Amino acid sequence: MRNWLYKVDTRVSPYLYISPFFILFAVFGLFPLAYTAYVSLFDWSLLRDDHTYIGFGNYRELFADPYFWNALGNTISILVLSTVPQLIIALVLAHLINRPLRGQTAWRLGMLLPNVTSVVAVAVIFSQLFGRDFGLINAMLESLHLGRINWQAGTASSHIAISVMIIWQWSGYNALIFLAAMQAVPKELYESARLDGATEFQQLRSITIPAIRPTLIFVVIVSTIYGLQIFAQPQLFAGNGPQGITGGSDRQFQTLTVYLYEHGFNRGFEFGYASAVAWVMFGLIVIFAAVNYRLMRRIRK
Amino acid sequence: MKRRLLYLTLLGVLVFSAFPLYFSLVVSTKDNSALSSVSLIPGRNLLENIRKVFETVPFGTAMLNSLIVAGTVTASVVLFSTLAGFAFSKLHFRARTALLLTVVATMMVPTQLGIIPLYILVTKLEWHDTLTAVIVPALVNAFGVFFMSQYLSEALPSELLEAGRMDGATTHRLFWHVVLPAARPAMAVLGMLTFLGTWNDYLWPLVVLASPEHQTVQVALSQLRAGYVQDYSLALTGTMVATIPLIIVFGALGKQLIGGIMQGAIKG
Repeated sequence: MRNWLYKVDTRVSPYLYISPFFILFAVFGLFPLAYTAYVSLFDWSLLRDDHTYIGFGNYRELFADPYFWNALGNTISILVLSTVPQLIIALVLAHLINRPLRGQTAWRLGMLLPNVTSVVAVAVIFSQLFGRDFGLINAMLESLHLGRINWQAGTASSHIAISVMIIWQWSGYNALIFLAAMQAVPKELYESARLDGATEFQQLRSITIPAIRPTLIFVVIVSTIYGLQIFAQPQLFAGNGPQGITGGSDRQFQTLTVYLYEHGFNRGFEFGYASAVAWVMFGLIVIFAAVNYRLMRRIRK
Repeated sequence: MKRRLLYLTLLGVLVFSAFPLYFSLVVSTKDNSALSSVSLIPGRNLLENIRKVFETVPFGTAMLNSLIVAGTVTASVVLFSTLAGFAFSKLHFRARTALLLTVVATMMVPTQLGIIPLYILVTKLEWHDTLTAVIVPALVNAFGVFFMSQYLSEALPSELLEAGRMDGATTHRLFWHVVLPAARPAMAVLGMLTFLGTWNDYLWPLVVLASPEHQTVQVALSQLRAGYVQDYSLALTGTMVATIPLIIVFGALGKQLIGGIMQGAIKG
């Protein structure tokens, strides 16, 4: 009897322990994502009970909508403007603090501080800093006689402002991830490089980067997935009411997620159409992740 | 000399990190009409602004709601991740490797894109506009499971478990008396990360919570910003009220948090 109980216990317990994760994740994570593909094939509005199957109708309508292409362009522009500087800053920072330092913890805490701040808080704070009339950045520009910039109004300027929010929030965090990987690189490599007269930059390029390649790939992919889904920053940067939904008066900084939000939750709850947007975004994420993975793998020793 | 340059650079980084928060704090101490001239010295309007924030949006309720949501989600994520992490790192069962790989793969899945069906599902379950709608979908996450199994595979000696088995302990007893004590440091880090993430979550609560009394802090904040009258000192006061508790906790426990993030990174 005891033996039998022992057997049941050791056979069944592991599955019992992992099942909460798998069940909940399947129901509330995976199922909705897969079901999105199904909903996207219907003319499906929350406000009506009948859902008509329309095949790829939503996708055709989507690809014919210039606002969709506008949102896609904005998303990619913000993705590039935020991810590239962010990764460079993070790498350089990590390299700088990857050595014995006084006040080591304090520097690290300082770098992580922006990441504790919520996305909404970051958006609110930087919308003030980039404000046209009372913003600190314009005040500084003016005192340098460079004139004021209406950050919200322009395409390039609004993309820069939104990218600065992302860079501010994530550079320090990524620096810590890079630092963790860098600490595993043998110190002798750097010592012998220094003896050979290699500069800091040369050390970073030819020792550090090849050595931390797996982490680099991981961070690039995660940042890309995050960057393609940017929502709070553009939505709140616009300020009041309807502008947040369109991402500025001329949709100059409407990202794909804001576009999805506009159609899914503001204009008659067009769930079928919004699902098509989500599924296209999912496809883009897979493509971008795959391309990045390929590109990053090319980094050789 | 070179050393001094390094410290100066780091100091610059620190200023860059902290300055936006300091500036917001300054703005939150001022009357909105006093903002036409930029200054870095705090004013005297902080309490008045805080009063106005609580008057404009139900901020107290929102803080409480966020506390309930983040607290429940954190407890659940930590418990379920530790359970699954224990199974993946120390127990033997069929398809273990394949299932763990599934967990790793799901870490990359952008679940935010499933928001439409999730909304349909939650409405069918009649959870729309309730905190349940925000809590239940967040009860588990793949990162937590992966994080705990990595930690336990190193920090928990298998001999300890075998000794327990010799004494006739069930898996259940082993979990409570051997695994939990060993997992405590990682549980604390995972708890902090989960709490932060949940407290700061925005899109899903914005979509699914309609009435003011069910809002979370982030949704309430967004409304201070999205009001038709742009009152910056009000919006930033709200932001500071919602952010400063986190910064205090961060100051107290940040060192462990950094350790945890870096530990997760090496293996991730």
